[in-house]
Amino acid sequence: MKITYREALRQAMHEALAADSRVFLMGEDVGKYGGSYAVSKGFLAEFGPERIRDAPLSELGFVGTAIGAALGGMRPIVEIMTVNFSLLALDQIVNTAAVYRHMSGGQFSVPVVVRMATGGGRQLAAQHSHSLENWYAHVPGITVLAPATVDDARGMLRAALADPDPVVIFEHAMLYPMEGELSPDWEKADLRTAKILRAGRDVTLIAYGGTVWKAQEAARQLAAEGIEAEVLDLRVLRPLDDATIMASVGRTRRAVIVDEGWRTGSLAGEIMARIMEQAFYELDAPVARVCSAEVPIPYAKHMEGAALPQAPAVVAAVRQLLAKA
Amino acid sequence: MIEFRLPSLGAEMEDGTLLEWCVKPGDRVKKGDVVAVVDTSKSAIDVEIWQEGTVDELVLKPGDKVPVGTVMIRLREAGEAGAPAATKPAAAPTPAATAPARPAVAAARTPTAAPPAPEAVIPVASAGGRQRASPSARALAHELDIDLATVAGTGPHGVITREDVEKVAAARKATTAAPGSMATTKPDGVKSSGPGSAGQARAATPVERSLSMRSAIAAAMARSKREIPHYYLATEVPMQRITRWLAARNAGKPITERVLMAAPLIKAVALALRKFPELNGYYQNGGFVAGEGIHIGVAISLRQGGLIAPAIRDVADTDLDELMRRLANLVSRARALSLRSSEMTDATITVTNLGDQGVELVQGVIYPPQVALVGFGKVTDRVRAVDDGAIAVMPAVTVSLAADHRASDGHRGALFLAEIARLLQSPESLDGAADTIVK
Repeated sequence: MKITYREALRQAMHEALAADSRVFLMGEDVGKYGGSYAVSKGFLAEFGPERIRDAPLSELGFVGTAIGAALGGMRPIVEIMTVNFSLLALDQIVNTAAVYRHMSGGQFSVPVVVRMATGGGRQLAAQHSHSLENWYAHVPGITVLAPATVDDARGMLRAALADPDPVVIFEHAMLYPMEGELSPDWEKADLRTAKILRAGRDVTLIAYGGTVWKAQEAARQLAAEGIEAEVLDLRVLRPLDDATIMASVGRTRRAVIVDEGWRTGSLAGEIMARIMEQAFYELDAPVARVCSAEVPIPYAKHMEGAALPQAPAVVAAVRQLLAKA
Repeated sequence: MIEFRLPSLGAEMEDGTLLEWCVKPGDRVKKGDVVAVVDTSKSAIDVEIWQEGTVDELVLKPGDKVPVGTVMIRLREAGEAGAPAATKPAAAPTPAATAPARPAVAAARTPTAAPPAPEAVIPVASAGGRQRASPSARALAHELDIDLATVAGTGPHGVITREDVEKVAAARKATTAAPGSMATTKPDGVKSSGPGSAGQARAATPVERSLSMRSAIAAAMARSKREIPHYYLATEVPMQRITRWLAARNAGKPITERVLMAAPLIKAVALALRKFPELNGYYQNGGFVAGEGIHIGVAISLRQGGLIAPAIRDVADTDLDELMRRLANLVSRARALSLRSSEMTDATITVTNLGDQGVELVQGVIYPPQVALVGFGKVTDRVRAVDDGAIAVMPAVTVSLAADHRASDGHRGALFLAEIARLLQSPESLDGAADTIVK
């Protein structure tokens, strides 16, 4: 069955709201407007204002409220319009949600799910387009997810709500209208493993969220040149699935990480470091990465396109690793 | 322009790896100056130059592994201007822009072989000239004991990839080495006498050194037994007199100034050689060439295994105290693998003393191209008939000679041993540097 990424998310939330009365959705424009990316369209009418709560423009406030509700036994889903705005809620997520289990000596956990849009490509300029997943992936105490496929969009929320600790879900803004075949495997979605989306023997393209599809496109182009790229979808940004990464790199002996974050201090850098630590002697070439240009994401379409990682850059990086540039 | 070429630092040396330069363009050098450190199969050796001039060009770069005889340095003779760059061989891996009369400041010179600054993906390798191979290729080469120097790199900028190593491994499998092939022959792709991997600007690790030294010894000794018709002689020398004499000489001296028996033994060999020059030198190109001095190679066993026989020069003209100092110094430097090239090449004969290990008789193998080896066993108390028909117990040592029958005959060899015996029984003749003692 073909569905959109947006529909997959909608189905997941609908299922959760219908199945568990402790679940409620809160965020800016999630109610009357139906969600800034229309994921919760129709929910207000169906579940009522108690469970589909429009929040004021106060990320710190409503995320904090959700954490309080979670401590009180609820299963809140918080939607933040974009990762850029989530910085206002960092204190609640990092200083409260992530540490409560530790600070309370295990007496309390915070079963909150925070969803947020991330990434560029929609001409939303420098305050709505960044990719700051690594900020969250840095923090112990939270699980960070980046569903890239309709299967994960459909399946990860259930697993996240079942987790007793805070989970942050990044939805790349370019993926909402993407259509994909929903496979029966969606129900197996977990919060621990990366997944090989395409097998190949020459190089591993490691990506997450929106860049998974850039990597897939690059792999298709490379295949035309006789280079077989493996595409690894990280899926979970914290904790990283080292075993799957190293197994793949061990097979292909080369890796290119495609990360929409800025290069400096990026998740890509972390993954490179882990490969160096764990798979150094498997490597046939230095690990490469394709990241966003270190600029605020521009508004102008052509400049935005140039600032973000694109398939041709991935192809070029692979060619260099294989001396076919 | 003088060309200084990589000297042979030992009979079996085929090539060497430049570890570092000790001079830079513009430096004035004279005979005996150490100009470079070169890794051979035996150790890292300080290479001395034997010409005088001003360094014009360093032709090699650290990490280069080159055959003996390769030009290392171009020297300007006094009054000679630097040669224009155009006259230099294109292959020389040196900066293209070589100004005539290059200024002495050479620190900024770097190998120009470095690729142009690449895209962000491939980092520029260090300028050290290390053989570039991927970690995976290195690991596999190590596992399969394949010398990376024999692998052609097809990766970016010529980096050796795992696949390249796999190809060599497959080729090696295909061509099985002939059984009983000499240690000096090199099956393609297989490590032989080269320490570590060529092109790496580093000294070999102890394990590599030990392995390569083993193969170097194998090559030299196989050559010796293959080419040299040895004859062996031995005689027993009473040591009573010299033992007492040495004890008296050492009495009252601090330990550091005492002379051990090894010194007078070596000295006796040196003095005896004055009368038997046919045992002191080399057999080369079908004939004997007498040594230009009496430089005695002293076989020194190394703790990590293997042995080395660096030379003490002009032993006959050196008094015992100085000889002892030089011997002690040589042993400690040999064990630290810090020898000079002249010490590695100058020996005109070798002396080996296995007495410390308790053996009585050494039947040595000559170190080619030398023509003789003198062995000393253990000084032990032995029962001997003495002059008046009586029997006495006295310390004695068995001195042996292994000599090249192409260069000398047993008759002369016997007289040589007798001369050593005579000298050891008149120990006073061993002391002092004056060459009038014997004559």
